[in-house]
Amino acid sequence: MLVRLCVAPIVLACAALPAVAQEIETGGKLRLTRGISTIEGQGGGGLTPWALITGDETDRGIGATAHVTAVELPDYSFLSYGVGVGLFDRVELSYTHQEFDTQDVGAALGLGQGFTFGQDVFAAKVRVAGDAVYDQDKWLPQIALGANWKSNDQGAVVNAIGGSDDEGWETYASATKVLLDKSLLLNGTLRWTNANQTGLLGYGGNLNDDHELMAEASIGWLLSRNLLIGGEYRMKPDNLAIAQEDDWLDLYAAWSVTRHITITGAYADLGSIATFDNQRGVYFSLQAGF
Amino acid sequence: MKHILLAFLFAAPAFAQSAPVTLPGEEEVDAYEVSNANAGAKPFESTTMLEAFHGREGISRIVDDLVEQVQKDPRTIEVFRASDFVRLRRTLKEQFCYILNGGCSYTGRDMVKVHEDHGVVASEFNALVELLQDAMDREGVSFGAQNKFLAKLAPMKREVVVR
Ligand code: HEM
Repeated sequence: MLVRLCVAPIVLACAALPAVAQEIETGGKLRLTRGISTIEGQGGGGLTPWALITGDETDRGIGATAHVTAVELPDYSFLSYGVGVGLFDRVELSYTHQEFDTQDVGAALGLGQGFTFGQDVFAAKVRVAGDAVYDQDKWLPQIALGANWKSNDQGAVVNAIGGSDDEGWETYASATKVLLDKSLLLNGTLRWTNANQTGLLGYGGNLNDDHELMAEASIGWLLSRNLLIGGEYRMKPDNLAIAQEDDWLDLYAAWSVTRHITITGAYADLGSIATFDNQRGVYFSLQAGF
Repeated sequence: MKHILLAFLFAAPAFAQSAPVTLPGEEEVDAYEVSNANAGAKPFESTTMLEAFHGREGISRIVDDLVEQVQKDPRTIEVFRASDFVRLRRTLKEQFCYILNGGCSYTGRDMVKVHEDHGVVASEFNALVELLQDAMDREGVSFGAQNKFLAKLAPMKREVVVR
C-alpha cells in the first residue's frame, strides 16, 4: 500500500517515512503530567478521567502505564488493575479489570460470603484540542473525547437486582487546564452513561434504562513538581429500585516518587452501595509508567 | 527646521538598530531588529517576582547554572554543542531580567528566529524546563514563584519546538 502510494508528487514524503518510523521516542513528559490511572484505567485522577494522555511520551513517541488500585470500604473491598498505552500524546487505549468483593454483604444478600462482581473496562480517548500545560496564554483547556466499553461477569445477579444489562458503554468529554501561575490543575468531565455503580452492578435498571449526562470535576494543587493534592467529585446515575446510588467524592494526594512510579492515596466517600450506607474508606493506587 | 533635523539625527540610531548586537567575546550573528518584543513575553508589573528571584544577581546565578547544566545533560548536550555560550548567557540573563521586571532590555533575537534551525523537540523542551527548575531550586526560588515565571515561558514552546 505504501509503495503504491509513492508516486512522483509525494515521493519526498515517502522517502521521509522510514526515517520517521525509526525515530519513535519514549519518555519526555514533565512529572505528573501523564496523570494517574482512574479505577477504570483512563489517565486522569482516581475517579474521573482527565484530558491528559497516559504514558510519558510526547507527540513523537509512545508510552504506557500499568496500575493497581485498591479501595477498602466498611462493607466492601475493591481492586482494579490494568494497562494503558499513550500514542503520540494524542490517543490513549486502556484495559482494566475490576473486582468488587461484597464480603459479608454477599452473605447477607444471599449471594454468598465474599461474592465478587468482576468488570472489564476497555477504553479509548482522543485528545482533540488545546494543551493543558503549555497554553498558559490561552483560556482554552485541553479537551479529549473518550469512550468506554464495559462488561460485567455477573449477568444473572445484575438481572436479579433489577439491572438491565451486563454490558454497557459510555462516552465522555474531559477538559483539563493547568493554571501554572497558581499551581492549580482543574478538570471537568461530562459522561454519557447508564452504568450502576460504574457498571459493577450492571447497566440500566428498573428505574431508568437510558443514558444520562453526569458531571464530574477534579481540582489539584501542585505543592512541588512531584506532589499534587486535591479533590474529586463524580455524579452518578440512580437506576436501581433496590438501592439508592450516591455521588462520589474524594480527597487525594498523588506523589510522583520517581519518573516511573506514582503513588496515590485518598480518602473516598462512595455513599450508599447496594443498600449499605456510608461507604467511606481509603483508596490506594500504584502506577508505573514510561 | 533645525530642530527637526536635530531630532532626526538623534533618532537615527533607533532606526539603524537592525545592526546585530554582539559584545566582545561573542560570535558574529546576522542582522536583526532589536526589540523587547523579541523576548516573547510581557514582563511582570510589580517587583514581587524580581524579589522572589533575588534580583539581578539571583537571575544571573540561575542562568549560569542552567547554561552549565545544558552542556552536561545527555538530553540537551547535542542541541547546544555548537552554541555561543557567552552570548547565550548574556541574552538569557537579559530576557529573564526583562520578563521579571528587573529593569533590563532584551537585545537578543526573537524566539522563532533563534530556534528555527535547531530542530528542538518537545522532550528537549521539557528537559530544559527541568534543568531550569533545578537551577531555581538551588537559588531558593519558591515553587509558586517558579511556576509564575514558567507560565510566561510555557507558551514559547510553540516557537521553540519545531518538529
Ligand atoms: C522557553 C524556553 C526557551 C527560552 C526562553 C530560550 C531562550 C533563548 C535565547 C534568549 C537564546 C539566545 C538569543 C540570541 O542569541 O539572540 C536562545 C538560543 C538558543 N536556544 Fe533557546 N530558549 C528556550 C528553549 C530552548 C530549548 C528547549 C532548547 C533546546 C533544548 C533551546 C536551544 C537553543 C539553542 C541551540 C540556541 C542557540 C545558541 C547559539 O547558537 O549560540 N532553547 N534561546
